[in-house]
Amino acid sequence: MNAFITIVHMTLHEAARRRILIATLIGALGFLLLYATGFHFIAKEIPHEAGPNVIKQRLLLNFFTLAGLYASHFLTLMSAVLLPLDTLAGEIASGVAQTVASKPVRRSTIVLGKWFAYCLVVVGYLLVVAGGVLLVARTMGGFTPPGLATGLPLMALEAVVLVSVSIAAGAHLTTVTTGVLAFGLYGLAFIGGWVEQIGSMTHNTPAQNVGTVASLIMPSEALWQRASYHMQPSIMRELVMTPFSPASLPSMAMVWWAWGYILVALLIGIRGFGRRAL
Amino acid sequence: MSDLAIETQHLRRRFGEKLAVADLSLHVKRGEVFGFLGPNGAGKTTSLKMLLGLISPTAGRGMLLGRPLGDRRARARVGFLPEHFRFQDWLTGREFLRFHGRLYGLSGRALEDKADALITRMDLQDAASRAIKGYSKGMTQRIGLAQALLNDPEIVFLDEPTSGLDPLGRLLVRDVIHELKARGTSVFLNSHLLGEVEATCDRVVFMKQGRVVHELEMAAQPAGLEVDLRVEGANDALLTAHAQLLSRDGTTVRLRVEHEDALPALATALVREGAKLYAMTPHRRSLEATFLEVMGEDQRPG
Repeated sequence: MNAFITIVHMTLHEAARRRILIATLIGALGFLLLYATGFHFIAKEIPHEAGPNVIKQRLLLNFFTLAGLYASHFLTLMSAVLLPLDTLAGEIASGVAQTVASKPVRRSTIVLGKWFAYCLVVVGYLLVVAGGVLLVARTMGGFTPPGLATGLPLMALEAVVLVSVSIAAGAHLTTVTTGVLAFGLYGLAFIGGWVEQIGSMTHNTPAQNVGTVASLIMPSEALWQRASYHMQPSIMRELVMTPFSPASLPSMAMVWWAWGYILVALLIGIRGFGRRAL
Repeated sequence: MSDLAIETQHLRRRFGEKLAVADLSLHVKRGEVFGFLGPNGAGKTTSLKMLLGLISPTAGRGMLLGRPLGDRRARARVGFLPEHFRFQDWLTGREFLRFHGRLYGLSGRALEDKADALITRMDLQDAASRAIKGYSKGMTQRIGLAQALLNDPEIVFLDEPTSGLDPLGRLLVRDVIHELKARGTSVFLNSHLLGEVEATCDRVVFMKQGRVVHELEMAAQPAGLEVDLRVEGANDALLTAHAQLLSRDGTTVRLRVEHEDALPALATALVREGAKLYAMTPHRRSLEATFLEVMGEDQRPG
């Protein structure tokens, strides 16, 4: 346990010392500043009086808040892939891993320690960015989307899936190849998700199946769709009024699949690093 | 407890088509300074990494400090300075020692005291609070050596510890090896620098194309010790009565005796017969000459 804590501490320390955290936070603050500015101007145009316009007002605010959360989700996924990219692959390539792995520490502890540290960083990043979006919506529009207690953990789970893929691939591949693979999987899930949604709208079963298979290969987009489904009023999702209203809701089984996916990715990472000639 | 720090039998490692180590069978005694020699590509670093558990062997078996290779309990009693000194260079020297000390299971006062003592021993007091990336190569070597000694190891592995270093850096490694030997620590020295090996090692093995091909006890005098004399009044008959005459140029004579023990008798005999002996200089056969002979003509620079 002590070795695990030491690896977690050192990984967080590295992220801070190498200015990874500060660069990520500056990027997040830039995004939030831009979002707040946009929200400010849009909120001014939204009618505030009571009456039939209330529904329109709520729908607009929800749409713009979900757009902010979508951007948060995308930025978090980028961070989830990029931040841990070098942590194993880079240390193996540079030879730094030799000194660490020659100590009386299990290699699985090294993998799990780094994974846990980057999960903390990425979930923390999500809380900052998504929390910022929600704060802007609350203070400028007086609006808080529903279902946050379900939606935000799903977004966090999605980030953890990609951290796990990045770490697992880094135990086997070079830094660049790891990045290409992780982003490739994300891209596949993204396109697959859209194919599934369009297939659902047009009742095209083969297209829906393609999307389902893509979600099984990489469940990230399905998790986002489930999260966004919970974070909008029922009228929006029933009418499929925005790009954030999924035409078909990914099932709860996909959430369990994501947990299993994380477990398998970690096992692949542990096995790969355990057998790797350092 | 076995008196062997390392014992391996027929260790082999293949990387795809390439056979990096064909057959590594060796033993290193506790407290011994052991030199591991061979040209580039002979499989020395792969062998060392197999002993440390960084690379698993394709075949064969071995023990390190009485435990199977790769065993964590054995690794707790091992120190390792890797080749090229690649470390977490964003850490300060002191943070680096703290991190690796914690991996050894040290903590609190004991860790701080150990780190302080090693920082002082390696003369890094002024640099301990600076990031390692700003260190010179010699300083990086010293902090790496300190890291390898944090746990008072029973055996220390040094992989090319002086490669690319100035004479002061080399001298430090030599001193540290002598200190380790004095306290009974085994040292496994993988080095190209034959002078360094000659000055520190008790025993060396030569590796060639993934196999151990020769072993040499450094303390044992090789047969046929050559001696240069500066002597007047000694005829050839007198000289050949006690040694083999190799060459003669006026008063400068080169002889070969069977053993170092023959030298006092030779000097006594010469003086007794009335010769004037001005100098007597024995020449141990250089490790370099042995190295070149063992490696043979078929070795090309790797």
